[in-house]
Amino acid sequence: MNILLTISLAIKGLLANKIRAFLTILGIIIGVAGIIMIVSVGNGAESLIVNQIKSVGSNLIGILPGGREEGEAPAAAYGIVITTLKSEDIKALKEIPHVVGVAGYTKSVLPIFYKNKKAESTVTGTSADYPAVEDAAIDGGRFFNDIDDNSISKVAVLGSQIKYDLFGDMNPVGENIKIKNETFKVIGYMQERGASGFTNNDTLVFIPVKTMQKLILGTNHISMGRVKVDNAEYMDAVVEDIERILRTRHGISNPKDDDFTVASQEQGLQILTNVTGSIKLLLTAIAAIALIVGGIGIMNVMFIAVTERTHEIGLRKAIGAKRQDIMKQFLIEAVAITSLGGILGIIIGGGFSALVAFTIQYLGYDWDLIVTPDSIIIAAGVIVGIGIIFGYAPAKKASLLSPIDALRYE
Amino acid sequence: MHKEPLLSIKDIKKDYVTGEIVTHALRGVDFEVHEGEFIAIMGHSGSGKSTMLHILGFLDTPSSGQYFFDGTDTTKLTEDDLAEIRNKKLGFVFQAFNLLPRTSALDNVRMPMIYAGIDEKIQFEKAKKALAAVGLSHRLKNNPNELSGGEQQRVAIARALINNPRLILADEPTGNLDSKSTEEIMGIFDDLHRKGHTIIIVTHEDNVSDHAEKIVRMKDGMVFERKISEKHEYIAHNKPRD
Repeated sequence: MNILLTISLAIKGLLANKIRAFLTILGIIIGVAGIIMIVSVGNGAESLIVNQIKSVGSNLIGILPGGREEGEAPAAAYGIVITTLKSEDIKALKEIPHVVGVAGYTKSVLPIFYKNKKAESTVTGTSADYPAVEDAAIDGGRFFNDIDDNSISKVAVLGSQIKYDLFGDMNPVGENIKIKNETFKVIGYMQERGASGFTNNDTLVFIPVKTMQKLILGTNHISMGRVKVDNAEYMDAVVEDIERILRTRHGISNPKDDDFTVASQEQGLQILTNVTGSIKLLLTAIAAIALIVGGIGIMNVMFIAVTERTHEIGLRKAIGAKRQDIMKQFLIEAVAITSLGGILGIIIGGGFSALVAFTIQYLGYDWDLIVTPDSIIIAAGVIVGIGIIFGYAPAKKASLLSPIDALRYE
Repeated sequence: MHKEPLLSIKDIKKDYVTGEIVTHALRGVDFEVHEGEFIAIMGHSGSGKSTMLHILGFLDTPSSGQYFFDGTDTTKLTEDDLAEIRNKKLGFVFQAFNLLPRTSALDNVRMPMIYAGIDEKIQFEKAKKALAAVGLSHRLKNNPNELSGGEQQRVAIARALINNPRLILADEPTGNLDSKSTEEIMGIFDDLHRKGHTIIIVTHEDNVSDHAEKIVRMKDGMVFERKISEKHEYIAHNKPRD
């Protein structure tokens, strides 16, 4: 049987009853568009988080205040303030072999003033090792050092965007800016780094962590620490050393009583992908149900088509169609209908995914548009499968009709 | 008489069972058709003439009896074997034309060749020729709903002839046509007969059966009369065929 002719007949048959055809394939369209969108948006969200973590640099170990349950994220990750981690804790970690840099962090969103200009910034109190830890490079001037930190110097290093907002093309080194009524001397500015995940690094302003604690926040804890290791193979050993040192410093004997959490970048990513993975799986299951319901709709319509076209089946048999010819015809029709719905679903799902991605990218976040070929191939396979599975029973029924009974049917 | 008949049926019976009621549509029919004959089967509705045609055309199977077609005992053949006979050795023309809707005249005529697995290029060539032969060269792309009844029936005849069948079966082919179209269609059947085609036509109209050379009358599921048609008696007397 000529496949092209059958497909063109199937499409003409569909167009003869446009509303029914549309309703028939609607379930398939929704199911396929849903799966494509869920996979794409899920991957995009994951990319946002992963980019955030990766952009900080490789071979990193993070230290958060507060303990955690097995496999769960620490409380500090949800924004709960815990004050058990000090900058001295982080400094002590520099003695561990293979550690090339350590940095403590404490942050606050504050306005920055230069003369009569103002810019919103995340003021970041951190350590002199920050550029080494995060692979960040100075564009002009210098980053502050341990002496600046220990002497609570009022010096600041600007992110490239803040530098541009306040100074334009002018060199800011040596100028004075105001943060919370304190005057800071600009000693350097960073190269452009771009947005990474939820943070735009170019709008940060860096000051020494002690200066931040004493003059800006009036606290003595830090919200996070990072340790950079020279080689990935020493990560596990360094994590153990960090835990041992921190327990000694905090007087903890039982690891269950840890008031801190140490996790390598890998472990952090692992936890996050577990969470996003299970959410994606759940949503995909819902979309799959839509596809199955759509498939049952197709089966129903194919049964109606067999009844409506009983006479045609009789005629085809009269002029020589064999059972398998009739069978093939109705299967091809079912696959043609589901494929039409599938193609529309892929276009609509892809379109919406792109819309979401471009909107979020436009807002300045690092969201990748990911419509992977395999999600399209899987969707296409599922579509053809649904056409065959739900088209089989009606096609079988049609093929078994006796020629004269079918011909007599009006 | 000729040598072996093209088809012969012996003591064919056909019963329909609906619930507890058994209808005897055919009560034992013997019948022979030779190559090149043009036979009209006549009778009132319920006489069994249509059942007879359906069994001769392998659209229906007899309850009992024997059917030899082209030298083969067909009673033991499978559904797919019968489909192949219908496709390659038979051509059907129906009262209601039975063309595929939303399908061009050309594609309708191609259909039996598609099922026969003939090369596509040849399909188009032969279908165009067949439509030209019934005077429809200008209607190749038209769908059935764009054709008159007479034109539709001519497409159906072109389709019936496309695989060079051994036998053409027509079931009231002019039943849905006006008298002018009836004459045109019967003219085509006359032509086919002259070219040597074997034709069986079921009708209850005398002006149609007159075109045939033999008339078989049926009543209550039995053949009760076989005769040479008046027209052919006349032709036979005045201008004998070669």
